[in-house]
Amino acid sequence: MAMLEVKNLGISFGGLRAVDNFEITIEKGQLYGLIGPNGAGKTTVFNMLTGVYKPDDGLIRLDGQDLIGKNTIEINKAGVARTFQNIRLFHVQTVLDNVKIGLANHYKYSTLTGILRLPKYRKMEKAMDEKAMELLKVFEMEDKAGYLASNLPYGDQRKLEIARALATEPKLLLLDEPAAGMNPNETQELMDMIRFVRDEFDMTILLIEHDMKLVSGICEELTVLNFGQVLAQGKTSDVLNDPEVIKAYLGE
Amino acid sequence: MKNFSLKNMKKTTKNHFITYAMVIIVFAVVQFMVSGGMMSSLMQGLLVPLCTYSIVAVGLNLCVGYLGELSLGHAGFMCVGAFSSAFFTRYMEDSGMNPNLRFLLALIIGTLAAAIFGCLIGIPVLRLRGDYLAIVTLAFGEIIKNVINVMYVGKDSSGLHISINDNASFTLDDTGDMIIDGAMGITGTPRQSTFLIGILILLVSLFVVFNLVNSRSGRAVMAIRDNRIAAESVGINITKYKLMAFSISAAIAGAGGVLYAHNLSTLTALPANFGYNMSIMILVFVVLGGIGSFRGSIIAAVILTMLPEVLRGLADYRMLIYAIVLIAMMLFNWAPKAIEWRQRFSVKKLFHKQAKGVQ
Repeated sequence: MAMLEVKNLGISFGGLRAVDNFEITIEKGQLYGLIGPNGAGKTTVFNMLTGVYKPDDGLIRLDGQDLIGKNTIEINKAGVARTFQNIRLFHVQTVLDNVKIGLANHYKYSTLTGILRLPKYRKMEKAMDEKAMELLKVFEMEDKAGYLASNLPYGDQRKLEIARALATEPKLLLLDEPAAGMNPNETQELMDMIRFVRDEFDMTILLIEHDMKLVSGICEELTVLNFGQVLAQGKTSDVLNDPEVIKAYLGE
Repeated sequence: MKNFSLKNMKKTTKNHFITYAMVIIVFAVVQFMVSGGMMSSLMQGLLVPLCTYSIVAVGLNLCVGYLGELSLGHAGFMCVGAFSSAFFTRYMEDSGMNPNLRFLLALIIGTLAAAIFGCLIGIPVLRLRGDYLAIVTLAFGEIIKNVINVMYVGKDSSGLHISINDNASFTLDDTGDMIIDGAMGITGTPRQSTFLIGILILLVSLFVVFNLVNSRSGRAVMAIRDNRIAAESVGINITKYKLMAFSISAAIAGAGGVLYAHNLSTLTALPANFGYNMSIMILVFVVLGGIGSFRGSIIAAVILTMLPEVLRGLADYRMLIYAIVLIAMMLFNWAPKAIEWRQRFSVKKLFHKQAKGVQ
């Protein structure tokens, strides 16, 4: 069964049909790319997949589970985690705490347990610290655990967002322009890291990206959106050589 | 790696320890001064109000500093705590209950009542943000005060009588006792609040807020403050944690109200006691002491409550000096130059240098 199955997804804002008849099928463990010119509706698709926008029609199924009508929190619990195009970290908290916030739904203890510092509190906090450090180690940030998130360099902030998303133990990871603002070296590093995350966590990843080097380097399949509609879909090399796609990107 | 997280943990624990120690040392010094006759009765009379304001300021700081929502209605929660507890104390006065046990129960009732009101008011109000939330909490504070002003509750052998018109709408028999007499408030509450009790409640409040903000729930609350959309994306239940933090903040204000009520023989819901001026005064303590710093809130509450009394001899100039101190404290806390100066001459750094020299 496909990990993510989307059929006939559409949404309108006022009179504008932002996304229409969007379809995508992603198999487990796949690295899938969503590309398209600015304003094509890529982030709108992400927002529908994560419950930020309610789609007007269509079907979203994650691992056989229907996601339509669920809110962001329920969708995250069902197994979809995301990063944001404009980085959204918890800026005045430490790197470690950012990851621990992501872990919160898997290491539960009540507020009262926390206030009274019962034995369960210590046990859970210790387990959380260990798990969080493990995740930070994957991203080579363990020595920065005590930094404030806002004091991190840009590339590390992007990485921390991915680490925080992974902390929620998702089945599907959505990355919204992970390489935005990165230099070629950082992009190369990020590509290696995304591949590593996929292999290490056996993760299914859907990413939006403008950087064609990154897309052609790591994505196995692509969907191209243009004016809210699917322009092309299939193997990366085929899609990138499609004359329609080249036309949409470069003009006639 | 382990070493690091341990060091990190120690820093916050140390910070908490300093605050607890500060409160206990102040208590010891004051007790010493009182027993040595070095403190005027006027100052002695200020001790319980000082604790009250410190407690409410700590509660409000949880709301403003950690939940990131501006509440101008905390005097209302204080009012709920004060009246519900004073009502209980007066109701149980003739029952022959142990006064200490009765006070403890009154404290629990006042705190719980404020928490429940915090929750009830929080449900509609926390959907709003920023200025709107401030205005609505301000209105709620005033509503609570005004509702209490028209409440008449009496007790006699046939039970409780409640009216919201006037005290003539029910007649009490010979055993009758008017407990809440509208705008006259509650009179004859035994004055059970002492400085020791105030300090104990303050320490418990500090314990609650410190442990809360360093727990899973506290981090969730701060995550909502820092970035609501990101918090939702990692599965944090926004409404639940907002309500929880707001209710705890209200409950602490309620505990302050209990202390306040049992320090007065006549408790009235006047604008001077529980009006918006009080809410704003407490907000001033929080802002001047540093948003998010519980220790700062206490220090600011103590300094700004003592100041008008200390300066009483200066008559007309005292409000002028009060205003100048307000400005000076604000500059000290927030001006970039002052922050730089503080960092250069901080006690911590001096110790650090010495430690390095030894190595």
